[in-house]
Amino acid sequence: MSDATTAAPAQAGGTPQVSHISEAVIRIAGNSQDGIQAIGGFLARLAGRSEQEVMTFMTIPSTISGGPSIFQVRIGSGEVLSAGDEADVLLCFYQHSYENHLGSLKKGGIVLYDSDHVKEIKPENETKYRHIGLPISSLVVEAIGGTGRDKGKNVYALGLIAKMFNLDVPKLHRLLSERFAGKDPKVAETAIAAFNGGYSHTLAAASELFKFKPGENVGHNQIVMGGNEALAYGLIAAGVRFGAGYPITPWSDIMELLRKELPKYGGSFIQCEDEIASVAMAIGASWGGRVAVTGSSGPGISLKTEAIGWAVMAEVPLVVVDVQRGGPSTGMPTNVEQSDFNIACFGGHGDSPRVVIAPSSVEDCFYTAIEAVNIARKYSTPVIILTDQGIASRIEAFKMPELEKICQDITPDFTPVADHKPYDLAAADGITRHLAPGTRVASGKYPIVTGLEHDELGHPTGSPKLHVQMTAKRRNKLKKLGADLPTPTVFGPPEGQVLLVSWGSSKGPVEEAVKQARAAGDAVSALHIKYLNPLPNGLEKIFEAFTHVLVVELNDEGFYGYGQLGAVLRARYCDPKIRGLTKVDGLTWKIREILDRVKAMTK
Amino acid sequence: MLALYFKLIEKRKMHHEKITTVAGIGCSSRFPYFVQAHGAHFIHGRALPFATGVSLSRPDLHVFVFGGDGDAFSIGGNHFTHTARKNVKLTYCVMDNNVYGLTKNQTSPTSPIGYKSKTDAWGSGDRPINPMKQAIAAGATFVARTTHTNPNHVLQMMEAAMDHDGFSFIECLSECVEFYPGAFDGANPRKGGQFPEVPKDHDVTDEYAAYKLSEELMPGKFGIFYKVNRPTKNANEAKIISTNREKFAALPDWQILQKNFDRMK
Ligand SMILES: Cc1ncc(C[n+]2csc(CCOP(=O)(O)OP(=O)(O)O)c2C)c(N)n1
Ligand code: SF4
Ligand SMILES: [Mg+2]
Repeated sequence: MSDATTAAPAQAGGTPQVSHISEAVIRIAGNSQDGIQAIGGFLARLAGRSEQEVMTFMTIPSTISGGPSIFQVRIGSGEVLSAGDEADVLLCFYQHSYENHLGSLKKGGIVLYDSDHVKEIKPENETKYRHIGLPISSLVVEAIGGTGRDKGKNVYALGLIAKMFNLDVPKLHRLLSERFAGKDPKVAETAIAAFNGGYSHTLAAASELFKFKPGENVGHNQIVMGGNEALAYGLIAAGVRFGAGYPITPWSDIMELLRKELPKYGGSFIQCEDEIASVAMAIGASWGGRVAVTGSSGPGISLKTEAIGWAVMAEVPLVVVDVQRGGPSTGMPTNVEQSDFNIACFGGHGDSPRVVIAPSSVEDCFYTAIEAVNIARKYSTPVIILTDQGIASRIEAFKMPELEKICQDITPDFTPVADHKPYDLAAADGITRHLAPGTRVASGKYPIVTGLEHDELGHPTGSPKLHVQMTAKRRNKLKKLGADLPTPTVFGPPEGQVLLVSWGSSKGPVEEAVKQARAAGDAVSALHIKYLNPLPNGLEKIFEAFTHVLVVELNDEGFYGYGQLGAVLRARYCDPKIRGLTKVDGLTWKIREILDRVKAMTK
Repeated sequence: MLALYFKLIEKRKMHHEKITTVAGIGCSSRFPYFVQAHGAHFIHGRALPFATGVSLSRPDLHVFVFGGDGDAFSIGGNHFTHTARKNVKLTYCVMDNNVYGLTKNQTSPTSPIGYKSKTDAWGSGDRPINPMKQAIAAGATFVARTTHTNPNHVLQMMEAAMDHDGFSFIECLSECVEFYPGAFDGANPRKGGQFPEVPKDHDVTDEYAAYKLSEELMPGKFGIFYKVNRPTKNANEAKIISTNREKFAALPDWQILQKNFDRMK
């Protein structure tokens, strides 16, 4: 909790003092069935409506029901770049939650625990953290009656948090009623009763209560959602109306949402027998005239590589979403990792150039999806959106997109043509143009799409000359894209000691690390790369101005000591000052970790 | 086979641009190159899901899929089952030569026991797949058998398949003269074989009767074994779409999305 200004001196035994704060990190720990995600969701949504910034972090157990689960939410009146290294307040429901998460609490932080379940408090902990024990489980029963038990516990706890942070009660009431609307009205009433129960608790045991300074995003009209949701809605806004997939965590959210939503727009999403069928089906639909989407995570991506290679060869537009998780194989299904860079950029046999873009935040997921669709169409190429579990499952508030302007109609054009060569080698822009089937070709010479090397009409050829020309064509159109991409801008001064290079979800933590390092007087800047394949031009100029270029990635250092993007940057720029700063513990970066590693690598 | 496909297109006065020819990989899969229509030559074994993508997103097109026995029943075996069960509207014609032709004579999933190939020099020992049984069991709603030595019959089957609203499957015996000559002589009257058609009194809606017909191997029977009507995947999806669309009357897409976003404020 930064810049706490105390409004009134602490009164011994009286009402707790109220401190005005600009941000707070709250971690809620319990079991997955306790509805912890829901409390986090309410807090995030409230922050969004209060013009504040918010970022969350959650762990989902890989088993279906039960198992420990946490939700961490960081709310700030100013810019929030990461979910926070340490919590200011820890709310824990069980002894195991208490023990496993006490370490994540800031020294002197507040631990609010359910004394019905948390029985053992070590005396040394009591001196390190401020403990507030309340028999939450029994209090819930009191507030909403006998049957409540586990059910209302989360909402009761939300009431306690609302009290502690002086949250906007009418807004929370509205959120609760909206959330439980439609069902039996009793459900909403019970939820409000549970909330009020928590909120009316005096919290007499607390020495301090808090109040957020007003948010800075005034008039922003914010919207709150998770990364997977934002990506799926982005695809819809972009005009995608067909998709196919096979369930796998954490990709499934996207396919479930599209399955439910697309029919409203006249589209469909098909659940297939496997990932190969789903990529094949999406390619079939794309060839049908309107770019389609498939996606997966982990092993499902491996299965798609042959067909993606076909789309590269036939130059058919396609969007593939890869929500990365820990690998290889089944790996760590619910953990974050950025180890699919290589398969996304290079997966498959043969020379198969394709586009890879990585979103860096929830908001960016929405806009990246649209951009992916447009690049796929413009360059007639597969585009892989390389997101990760870190963004997929976190919730953020962002500015309401201007949907009327953004939503696009990409209905295919069936205007008859006299003649058509899709793979015209003389095309001015070097880009392939397919006719959607159904388009009449007056000459009667209909084009073919194939995975065999082909001539300009798409007919197979064994000609070495054509293979050379077509290979160059497939490469050059994307080199042209690379040349048109904006060179990323440096976060912080454009010269200094250390440049931290990030991609994907590491952007926030890396930029926050830069802020902290600079505050401590170190010449650290950051560069975020969104377009991973092809890379934009001009990076070497940026690298020149720094002594160290450290590529921060959530993947292994490999045989040669660099992460996956790091190795490509080394290969492209032959610059020994480019080094890898990687880890594979399945968790997002902590600011402290980055700073410590930078220190160790540059001393 | 190809000539027949042309004939069919001519006879039915189909608009060339409305026809799509999709194939997997194999000798039998090179079809699209010879047809004056939009065509796709996809990867080995995956022509059906590709064609499903075309069929579901473009209900205005006729989708014909061609492939070999390896393509259909080995590498693409699972797709065969699921496309049949989903009853996707398209016609799938498998040119069964009981061998891998393109890769030069390896055992195929329909090679009979004892067939000597480069991968089974001593004769294949694995029980062959019975394509007709496979199709019926998987839920295909139109299942027919024909042979390339009887062009008129092939044409009849193709026409009937095309008119069927659902997943129509034709097994067309197609001799590989290079590697498995004589495989289907038993079904060729010109080579001393016979061409027995499906009995007139066969009930094409009787699954068990169809299964029974499939039991006879060489020459076996020729004609439509099974034909029923069951809602297609295309129709099911269209229904989901129309019920969903009703709720949004004539709203432009961005307003439908805006409604969702307003709930996320
Ligand atoms: C993934 C993959 N594996 C293997 C092959 C090689 N291959 C091409 S066609 C074929 C089998 C062809 O047999 P069939 O489907 O019966 O067609 P036919 O040539 O007999 O008409 C094989 C194994 C391939 N193209 N792709
Ligand atoms: S004869 Fe056999 S190998 Fe030759 S094209 Fe026909 S199926 Fe293929
Ligand atoms: Mg064959």
